[in-house]
Amino acid sequence: MSTHFINFNRMKSLYSWQSITLLIFIVVLVSFKTISSSNNVDAPNISPESETAFHTMMDVLTHKRCVNCHPNDNIPKQGEDSHAHRFGITRSNGVSATNCNTCHQSSNNNYSGVPGAPEWALAPQSMAWEGLNRYEIARVMMDKSKNGNRTTEDLMHHLTEHELVLWAWDPGIDAEGNARELPPVSKEDYIKAVKKWIDAGAIIPEEK
Amino acid sequence: MKISFNINGNTQTVDTDGDTPLLWVIRDVLDLKGTKFGCGKAACGACTIHIDGEAIRSCSYAVKYAEGKNITTIEGLGNKENPHPIQQAWIEEIVPQCGYCQPGFMMASAALIEKNPNPSDQDIDENILNICRCGTYYRMRKAIKKAAEIKSNSIINS
Ligand code: FES
Ligand code: FES
Repeated sequence: MSTHFINFNRMKSLYSWQSITLLIFIVVLVSFKTISSSNNVDAPNISPESETAFHTMMDVLTHKRCVNCHPNDNIPKQGEDSHAHRFGITRSNGVSATNCNTCHQSSNNNYSGVPGAPEWALAPQSMAWEGLNRYEIARVMMDKSKNGNRTTEDLMHHLTEHELVLWAWDPGIDAEGNARELPPVSKEDYIKAVKKWIDAGAIIPEEK
Repeated sequence: MKISFNINGNTQTVDTDGDTPLLWVIRDVLDLKGTKFGCGKAACGACTIHIDGEAIRSCSYAVKYAEGKNITTIEGLGNKENPHPIQQAWIEEIVPQCGYCQPGFMMASAALIEKNPNPSDQDIDENILNICRCGTYYRMRKAIKKAAEIKSNSIINS
């Protein structure tokens, strides 16, 4: 009798353990799903072509010709090794007597080796890309609260038509007379990729 | 190409390759030798002038961009009778040693006190990035502060 009683109790406790475990499993599953989908809402829908276009575009946007002027510490970077801009240049110089345009004009200067393009300037602090991976950069770029309130359409024009962006394929020579490195993708292929990715909904693929 | 601009109050037209550094035009064509060549790489500041009130390194400025602009060189900053506060302070603090770098420093400093009437040491460090081989930085710092004072007093008095 007592044995039967004990067994019944064990069964009861086993039963509640099972339900608790199941409940925990469900909760974990649901919250994981919520977290992962809030991180990347668009991930499941991207087509292989659009994903390839995304990576072609990001091969350019992660290149030093772009990132050198998207610093995370208010110090512009220079050169192929992205060293801090010589002479102690920082963003704070920009509000006073010495600023980018003290030396940089609207085209490259092949006498001095100083690069130049229209609107030569640092990207605003909210658009800091330095140190971010390509997915993070893409998220910052698409975030209207960080990208200067640009719509996807605005971004498409900015990325494919702005002379300062396209300067990356005409970066001139440095002070020693050496040609600056070009991005790893041709301008034409980059522009095509940007348009393709944006036309397909500007979906940021899942981080790999 | 023909390029016209105003320099130290005079209109000038030059006929030259538009990519010629403005510094060459100022020194060799217009024969204004106050502005100096140091590095030719926008690194030393010896060639600093003002274009529409902004400090610009003229060795790295293509003359074509000067079209229609107002340029001031050290010769146009002030004169003996009516020195610019920077010139006055420079004399009072006996800043120069060899003097080669000084016109560039004075133009950069004049632009600084125009934009910032009371520059701190940090403002000076962040804005006066020129190079002086003689190491007159300490006297320049004092002179910039004195010039800022002279300038604000002259504004109050007038
Ligand atoms: S000569 Fe222009 S900065 Fe040195
Ligand atoms: S006074 Fe000689 S280089 Fe400055």
